[in-house]
Amino acid sequence: MAMIELVNLHRSFGSLQVLRGVNLSVEKGESMTVIGGSGSGKSVILKHIIGLLFPDRGRVIIEGQVLNDLDEFGLNEVRKKFGMLFQMAALFDSLTVAENVGFSLTQHTKLSDREIRKIATEKLALVGLKDVEDKMPSELSGGMKKRVGLARAICMDAEIILYDEPTTGLDPITADSINDLIVDLRKKLGVTSVSITHDMQSAYKISDRIAMLYKGEIIEIGTPDAIKTSANPIVHQFITGSAVGPITAE
Amino acid sequence: MNDWLEKLGDKVFLLLTEIGKVLMFLGQTLRWTFSSPFYVKNVLKQMESIGVNSVPVVITTAISTGSVLALQSYTGFKRFGATSLIGAVVSLSMTRELGPVLTGLMVAGRAGASMAAELGTMKVTEQIDALTTLATNPMKYLVVPRFVASTVMMFFLTILGMMIGVTGGYLVGVKVLGTNPVTYYNQSINNTEVTDIWYGLIKALVFGAVIGLIGCYKGFNTVGGAEGVGKATTGAVVISCMLILILDYFLSALLW
Repeated sequence: MAMIELVNLHRSFGSLQVLRGVNLSVEKGESMTVIGGSGSGKSVILKHIIGLLFPDRGRVIIEGQVLNDLDEFGLNEVRKKFGMLFQMAALFDSLTVAENVGFSLTQHTKLSDREIRKIATEKLALVGLKDVEDKMPSELSGGMKKRVGLARAICMDAEIILYDEPTTGLDPITADSINDLIVDLRKKLGVTSVSITHDMQSAYKISDRIAMLYKGEIIEIGTPDAIKTSANPIVHQFITGSAVGPITAE
Repeated sequence: MNDWLEKLGDKVFLLLTEIGKVLMFLGQTLRWTFSSPFYVKNVLKQMESIGVNSVPVVITTAISTGSVLALQSYTGFKRFGATSLIGAVVSLSMTRELGPVLTGLMVAGRAGASMAAELGTMKVTEQIDALTTLATNPMKYLVVPRFVASTVMMFFLTILGMMIGVTGGYLVGVKVLGTNPVTYYNQSINNTEVTDIWYGLIKALVFGAVIGLIGCYKGFNTVGGAEGVGKATTGAVVISCMLILILDYFLSALLW
């Protein structure tokens, strides 16, 4: 049984049809990356996987549970299996770093504040940060925010981690260190990951398989090597970043 | 003519859609208000932010209104030789009308704007989505505490506003204009009934709920970046103030 299964996903926003029958299956422990142009609907896919959005047609199945059929309580139980790193980290402005990281534990466990802080410190160390527990998010750099976001995502020992453009807005060196961190965390924690990005360096480095989203459908899925040598002109144009080809700039 | 009618129809349709959305938001808010878990710490924090921090503004507004009311009433009543009635006018006006309305307008400007701006920023920076992904209901965690705090604190702020306004009127009426203090006091007490105070406080509860509801609704429905947050903030203040003034009429008619 696949860990995540998207079956014939359709989704429109007003008159704009973003997803036109997306089918995607992610196995347990696999790292899947969805690539595609800006506005192609990559984030929409990710938001469907964690139940932030629901499809007009089609199903999202997480370990055999169809998200569409669940009530609020059931959805939250499924969401506890997830951790999500947002594009701009989405740290809570009014909370300290330690409170951000330990947020899930505060909400869903009966652990004491001291125990939560201890776990938060451990998770921060796992993402390469120390002595930042009492800082506010506004005092952190972009790369540090992403690391804190990642520590928050793994704080409840998530089985699935979703990465929304993990390297966007970072300098190349910081971006690569985030890629290394994603690979490292996967090795250490054995989690299933789904990432969306248009940064091909990142996609090649962190993925077992890459899926290309184009005009609301997955047009190709393969290993990074298979994608690099794809004969599909759309995939080829996208991964080489050429302005000439079947994909036209918006 | 047809174009004009079509545009009018569109506007009415949009208005009705928006009213429907606000009512659905209210329904959800009430549903989550009475179901566990209860974020007591968040409610207390919002009570401080919405209530305690609004005290200076409410005191300033109330003392100014009470004083001016006494002063203006004196000018008018002097022509009929009825200056002894100033106490009754100030007291009745502050409890039935000006206390809740002015407190509501001040809190809408201060706390309603703050709610819309804070939640709007959280919306555009995906912090509200982040809450959901952390299996925490944003309506319960963010909206309910603000809604409850706004409703409860408007009640107490209005009591404060009434007291300060009446005191301001007394100080001006007696100390500045030289009205007999006993007469002023007796007129105030004899002409103000407990029901007058309750009418004012019922209005305060409704206005508090409106401020919390609209501030949170506008924040939760913010789109775009900084411009969107600005629009949400302005919208929250304008709509809250208009609703307070409109509802004030209907509540006054109802509680006559």
